[in-house]
Amino acid sequence: MSVLLIAEHNNKEIRPFTLNAITAASQMDEDVHVLLIGNNCGEVAKSLSEMPAVKKVLHTEAPHYENYLAENFAPLVVKVSENYSHIVCSANTFGKNLMPRIAAHLDISQVSDITKVISADTFLRPIYAGNAFATVKSTDAKKCITIRPTSFEPCETSGGSAPIEKIESVEEFKLSKFVKREEVKSDRPELGTARIVVSGGRGMQNGENFKLITDIADKLNAAIGASRAAVDAGYISNEHQVGQTGKVVVPDLYIAVGISGAIQHLAGMKESKIIVAINKDGEAPIFSVADYGLEADLFEALPQFLEELNKLNSIQK
Amino acid sequence: MKILVAVKRVIDYNVQVRVKEDGSGVVTDNVKMSSNPPDDNAIEEAVKFKEAGKATEIIAITVGEEKSQETVRKALAVGADRGILIKTEGTVEPLAVAKSLKKIVDREKPDLVLMGKQAIDDDCNQTGQMLSALLNWPQATFASKIEIKDKILEVTREVDEGLEMIEVNLPAVITCDLRLNEPRYASLPNIMKAKKKPLEILTASDLGVDTAPRVQQIKVEEPPKRKAGIKVASVAELVSKLKNEAKVI
Repeated sequence: MSVLLIAEHNNKEIRPFTLNAITAASQMDEDVHVLLIGNNCGEVAKSLSEMPAVKKVLHTEAPHYENYLAENFAPLVVKVSENYSHIVCSANTFGKNLMPRIAAHLDISQVSDITKVISADTFLRPIYAGNAFATVKSTDAKKCITIRPTSFEPCETSGGSAPIEKIESVEEFKLSKFVKREEVKSDRPELGTARIVVSGGRGMQNGENFKLITDIADKLNAAIGASRAAVDAGYISNEHQVGQTGKVVVPDLYIAVGISGAIQHLAGMKESKIIVAINKDGEAPIFSVADYGLEADLFEALPQFLEELNKLNSIQK
Repeated sequence: MKILVAVKRVIDYNVQVRVKEDGSGVVTDNVKMSSNPPDDNAIEEAVKFKEAGKATEIIAITVGEEKSQETVRKALAVGADRGILIKTEGTVEPLAVAKSLKKIVDREKPDLVLMGKQAIDDDCNQTGQMLSALLNWPQATFASKIEIKDKILEVTREVDEGLEMIEVNLPAVITCDLRLNEPRYASLPNIMKAKKKPLEILTASDLGVDTAPRVQQIKVEEPPKRKAGIKVASVAELVSKLKNEAKVI
């Protein structure tokens, strides 16, 4: 049997987490077929076919697939799913929204957000905000799986030549309508895949003070993160939130500034390779996960930090 | 508009969860339990709709063990009109919860079903989407804003790229983000009044729903521990450590 992987894309490019999902899928079975649902997305089909881990691309187009409404995608996946043992996508807002709808249509109990493929039916997944890890075995004949993208390496993107098979679309679901997406355009690396993340918390006190974070992020070519408290307080927009209900990040370097370190925040960043905490409260729980802790007033420490960075001869990109 | 709000009883979000020594699960004995935080947002939104004259009745429902009544009572204290407990034993997976909820939706015919986007215990993030699939209704997940426009809801969703706006026709299922609203506390008089509100108790087998788990939990382990770090005395020392010791900048 083969794995059916649902690609996330914007009709021009593959979204990066699809590459991590392909790696995870190929650990369940080497015969990975990617389902591409979109509108005028021929270029995306071509780039998928060049990925060595992809054995076949199933490509379907229709105007109502322009934006990924789960109500439109799920019936098509169900229709295509018959000959597959696994249906896989990434556990970001795309996959979280879509996969349960597919699973329910197929009467399958989904396994969410896995961090490891132990065998074709057994997986490791975090529960309780990553305070415990469960090894679970799916007993359904067919599996619906979402994968935690940061737990799998992205797949190779060139050297393959998989066939592209056109498949027919299914009827539009007319009771839901996409209106618009407000994407925040930024030249910075994406939060989910950045090598360095600099995050601010409630200690930043207001949105303007995030400039102190931005300056350092610019210098380090880092993405900007935030605690839920900072987002709730309106200092910064929601797509920056790191944590149990936000994004999970695993950068080489995570710098937490003015973040106390609630369980829910640690859930989103504690797998980072190196963690730095800057906080004036020496008792803050963030220090318990930090490799390097600096007990200091962030309003003094951040300008100094920038100054020290400016003194360096070179900074890794 | 009639609203059904699904809630779940979970380990309180402030509790540091501990894994049982035998690896069979996490410790729940003598641990503080609460309602699942985004479910509080779901109840709050329903109550706000009722206060604004847009909802006529709010039914709070949970699927779980006998003690889950507490969570329904809390919803009643905040403003739900009546409650339903679908009693089950042991682990109930989101698919079985969705099937149980569907039975009640078929009977009660609500115009809107609200629930939290994710339960903070199993972190599955499935039930709302599954229910809407079983009903073949529109779904709006991770909602941070809901506006009613006659028979259409305009919902702002929190997605990885930022915000997305969609329109869904009623009836629909909406899963709520923590930023949807600020849940209120129940006042003491309302807690007392809630004790007199009707609470119907059914079992999953009454409804003909098979809740047997399809995903076996083989073992539960502690996450790998991070090795203790150090405190640095100055920013200069920090930058030097990052450059020369950790070699990450």
